[in-house]
Amino acid sequence: MTDDAIPAQNTDDAHALPLAVGDRRRGRPEPSLNDPVFHISDLDVWYGDHQAVRDVTMLIGRRQITAMIGPSGCGKSTVIRCFNRMNDLIPGARVTGKVAYHGENLYDADVDPIEVRQRIGMVFQKPNPFPKSIYDNIAYGPRVNGMKGNMDDLVEEALTGAALWDEVKDKLKHSALALSGGQQQRLCIARAIAVRPEVILMDEPCSALDPIATARIEDLMAELAADFTIVIVTHNMQQAARISDYTAFFTADVDDKGVRHGRLVEYDTTVKIFENPADQRTEDYITGRFG
Amino acid sequence: MTAGTGIRVSEPPSHPAPRKLAGPRFRPGESAFRLLLLCCLAVGIIFLGVLITYVLVEAWPRLDSRLWENFPSIRRPERAGAQSAIFGTIWVIAFTALFCLPTGIMAAIYLEEYADQNRWYNRMIELNIQNLAAVPSIIYGILGLGLLARELSLGTTVLTASLTLSLLVLPVVIIASREAIRAVPQSIRQASLALGATQWQTIWRQVLPAAVPGIATGSILALSRAIGEAAPLLLLGAVTYVAFNPEGLESAYTVLPIQIFGWISQSREEFHHLAAAGIVILLAILLLMNAAAIWLRNRFSKRW
Amino acid sequence: MTSPTLKAPAGAGPRSLRRAKPRYGERVIQGLLLVAALVSVATTVGIVVSLIPPTVDFFERVSVAEFLGGTEWTALFSTPEYGVLPLLGATMLITVIALAVAVPVGLGAAIYLSEYADRRVRAALKPALEVLAGVPTVVYGFFALSFVTPRLREWWPGGGTGPDFQNALSAGLVMGVMIIPTIASLSEDAMAAVPDSLRDGAYALGSGKRIVSVRVVVPAALSGIVAACVLGISRAIGETMIVAIASGLTATLTVNPLEAMQTMTGFIAQAGQGDVPVQSFEYKTIFAVGALLFVITFVMNVISIRLVRKYREVYE
Repeated sequence: MTDDAIPAQNTDDAHALPLAVGDRRRGRPEPSLNDPVFHISDLDVWYGDHQAVRDVTMLIGRRQITAMIGPSGCGKSTVIRCFNRMNDLIPGARVTGKVAYHGENLYDADVDPIEVRQRIGMVFQKPNPFPKSIYDNIAYGPRVNGMKGNMDDLVEEALTGAALWDEVKDKLKHSALALSGGQQQRLCIARAIAVRPEVILMDEPCSALDPIATARIEDLMAELAADFTIVIVTHNMQQAARISDYTAFFTADVDDKGVRHGRLVEYDTTVKIFENPADQRTEDYITGRFG
Repeated sequence: MTAGTGIRVSEPPSHPAPRKLAGPRFRPGESAFRLLLLCCLAVGIIFLGVLITYVLVEAWPRLDSRLWENFPSIRRPERAGAQSAIFGTIWVIAFTALFCLPTGIMAAIYLEEYADQNRWYNRMIELNIQNLAAVPSIIYGILGLGLLARELSLGTTVLTASLTLSLLVLPVVIIASREAIRAVPQSIRQASLALGATQWQTIWRQVLPAAVPGIATGSILALSRAIGEAAPLLLLGAVTYVAFNPEGLESAYTVLPIQIFGWISQSREEFHHLAAAGIVILLAILLLMNAAAIWLRNRFSKRW
Repeated sequence: MTSPTLKAPAGAGPRSLRRAKPRYGERVIQGLLLVAALVSVATTVGIVVSLIPPTVDFFERVSVAEFLGGTEWTALFSTPEYGVLPLLGATMLITVIALAVAVPVGLGAAIYLSEYADRRVRAALKPALEVLAGVPTVVYGFFALSFVTPRLREWWPGGGTGPDFQNALSAGLVMGVMIIPTIASLSEDAMAAVPDSLRDGAYALGSGKRIVSVRVVVPAALSGIVAACVLGISRAIGETMIVAIASGLTATLTVNPLEAMQTMTGFIAQAGQGDVPVQSFEYKTIFAVGALLFVITFVMNVISIRLVRKYREVYE
C-alpha cells in the first residue's frame, strides 16, 4: 500500500554505499530458522473485495534480520502490517490464514491487538515523532504501557540503544520535530525499543532519508539484531543484501481481470537469494530485468 | 485551502507567434472584470466600516460608566444602563460553554475517531448535524419554549436559555472540532498505536493535545455566535427591563442583544443612543473574541 | 553499545497475547462519546416533538386550506384570521431582495478570493468576511431601521413618499449583506476544489483569467455554488431579528417592497415575547407557523447538503 517507489534512490544508494552482500552483518552468527518467532501460514489479506495478498507461508527467525523485497504493489507492506495487526486500522481490511507468534495466532478472536503491539513494535516509512519533546517521545510508550522504574534511565537506555544519545543528551526537552530526518527516524527506533518489544517491524524505514542517514540506520539495525528480531520491508535491494540474514521476494500476479495479487515467490537466506536464486522471477528482479 | 495557488500562468499570451510576446498589454475586459470583483469584496468591507462608524457616532453621547453601573429603566432613559444585561450575558454564556463545549468536542471525537461511516446510524448523525447547523435560530427558541420551559418545567430561566443556546451552537462546535481533529496527521495515531497504546490513550494523549488550538478557535467562534443571538431568547422570557443581576440558574435574566432590541423598540431619542451604546459593548466583546480566535489560530498553526 | 537492560524478554513464548485485563474503560468512554453525538439527534427529535402537538391542536380549529390559502393574517387580533400567505409572501419577498444582493456580490467576492487574490491578500480578507458573518443580527436590524431606511427615504427619487418607516426593502438589503459571507465562503470552497488541471487546460488554449474564471471554474463549481445559494435562502428565510426590527409588525399581502410587512419569523418573535399561556390559541399559532418554517428550511438544507456532497464526490 505504501510502496510508492522513489526511482532515483536505488542508484544513489548504490553509489554511496558500495557494499556487497552481507557486508553489514559481519560478525553475526550464521542465519538460522531453528528458533522461529513467527510462523505464518496461508496468509490472505483482503481490502474489501480485492485480495491484496495471497497464500503467504513463511517462518521468521528469532534475532534474525528478515528483509522483504519486491516491486511496487507486491503486498510486502501489507504483509508486514499483519505482523502487529496494524491492518486492523484500515477500514475493510480482512485477514485469513495464520500469523502464529510463538504458537499463538495473532488473529484469534480473543487476542488483544494492544498486547500484540506492545510485544511487536513498528517503525514507519516516514519518521513520525510526536510533536513533543525528545524525552516525552521516548517515555510515551512505557507510560501508556504502565511500565514501572526510573524513566530517566529508560530514556537514556533507549536513546543509547538507537545510537542517538550522544547527539541529543543536552536537548532532551527540545521538540523532536527540530531533529533532522535521520535523527527523527532513529528517535522513532528508540521510541519503539523503549517499550522492550521482542520484534521490531520496519516498513521502508530509510526511504525518506539521505544515504548518510541510511547508512547510520543500517549500522544500527545490525547492532539491534543482537537483541531484537527485525523484519524490514525495503525497496532497496542493495539494502536488503547488505543487512539481512533472510530475504523474502514478493511479486504481484496479475489475474485475467487485470487485478494484482501479492504473492511470496521465494524465501531463503539472503546469500542464496542474491547469489543463487532458485526462481527465475527472483533472478530477473535482482539482476534488474524486472521491477 | 491552497489548491488555487498552484502553477498558474499569470498573463497567458492570447495571440500566436509573430506578435511580440513581451511587454504588458492593456486588456480592458480583464481589468474591468477584476475591478468588478474587487467592488464585490469592497461592498462587505465598506458596509462594515459604515456600520461601525454610524454605531460609534450614535453611541458617543451615552458611552460612559452609566452603561455598566446602572440598571435599565423605562422612565428615566438618561440614567438607564445595561448592567443586568451584561451580567446576564456572562451568566448565560458561561453555562452555554459549560454545556455545549464538552458535548460538542466529545461528539466530534466520536464521529472522527470511532464512527464507522459505513453504518447507517453514523451517516444519519452526520446528516443530522449538517441540517441542524442551518436550522433557523428561532426554531431553537420554539424548542426551548415547548420542551425545556414548558414540558420539563424549567421555566424561563438562565438554565433554559443556556441549554437552548447550547443546542443552537452545538453543530458549530462539532463541525469545528471535527476539522481540528481531522487535521492531526494519521501518522501520529499510527505511531501511538504501534507502541501499544489503546485507542483512547492515543486520542487523549496525542490527538487531542494536537487538536486543542483548532478546537479552541472553533469554540470561541461558536460562543461568539451564542453571545449575539437574540431570536430564541425572545421566546424564552428574556425580558427587557430587569433591575437585578442573575443569582443562579433559576434566575430570571436578560442579555445584551435582547436589551438592545428592547431599546430599539422605544421611540424616544435617548433610547436610540442607548441602543447604539449597547451595540458598541456587544461588538467590542465580539471583536475581542474574534481577535483571540485569530491569534490562537496563527500562534499555533500547523507544526507538521 | 546496546544497554543490557533493554534486552528482549528471554525465552520463547512469554506471557499470553490474550487480553490481560478487560478494557472496560475503553468501552465506557466510547459509549459516552456516542451519547454525546446522539445529543444532536435528540435535538432534532426534540424540535419535531415540541412542534407537533400544538400544531395538531392548531389544525383542529383552522383547516389546512384556510391556513395555506388564506390571504388575511390577524392572529393576534380580536377577530383572528389565519391565512399564512401574507407572512409567507413577505418572507419570500425579503428573501428575494436579500439574494439579489448576496448572490452576485458573494459570488464576485468568491471568484476574487479563489482565482485572483494571492495568499497574503486572502489571509487579510477572509477574517474581514468572518467579522461580517459574526455581527449579531440585532445590530443589522438596528442599522437597517435607523440608518438604511432614513437614507432610502432621503434619497428616494421621484414622487410619492418613498419607503415606509418600516419596510421590506431595507430589511432585505441589509439581510443580503448579512448573507454575503455565507455565499462567498461556501462558493470559494467549491471553486478551490476545482482541480488546477482544468484551469491549465483553458490557459493552454490562450484564455485570459476572466474567461477561465467565468467559463471554466464557475461552471465546474456550479453544484457547490448552488448549494451556497440554497443555504443562503435558508438563512434568509429563517432570519428573525432584522425583519422583526426593520420590516414591521403588520401582515400585509403585497409585492411592494416599500411597505411594512411581517414575515413568518417576525410573527413568531412578536407573538412569542412575554409569557404566552400554554392553553391559549396564540401559543399554538406560534408552533404552527414554526412548523411551516421548519419544513421549508429543512427542505432547503437537504437540497444544499446533497449538492455539496455531489461536488465533493466529483473532485475529492
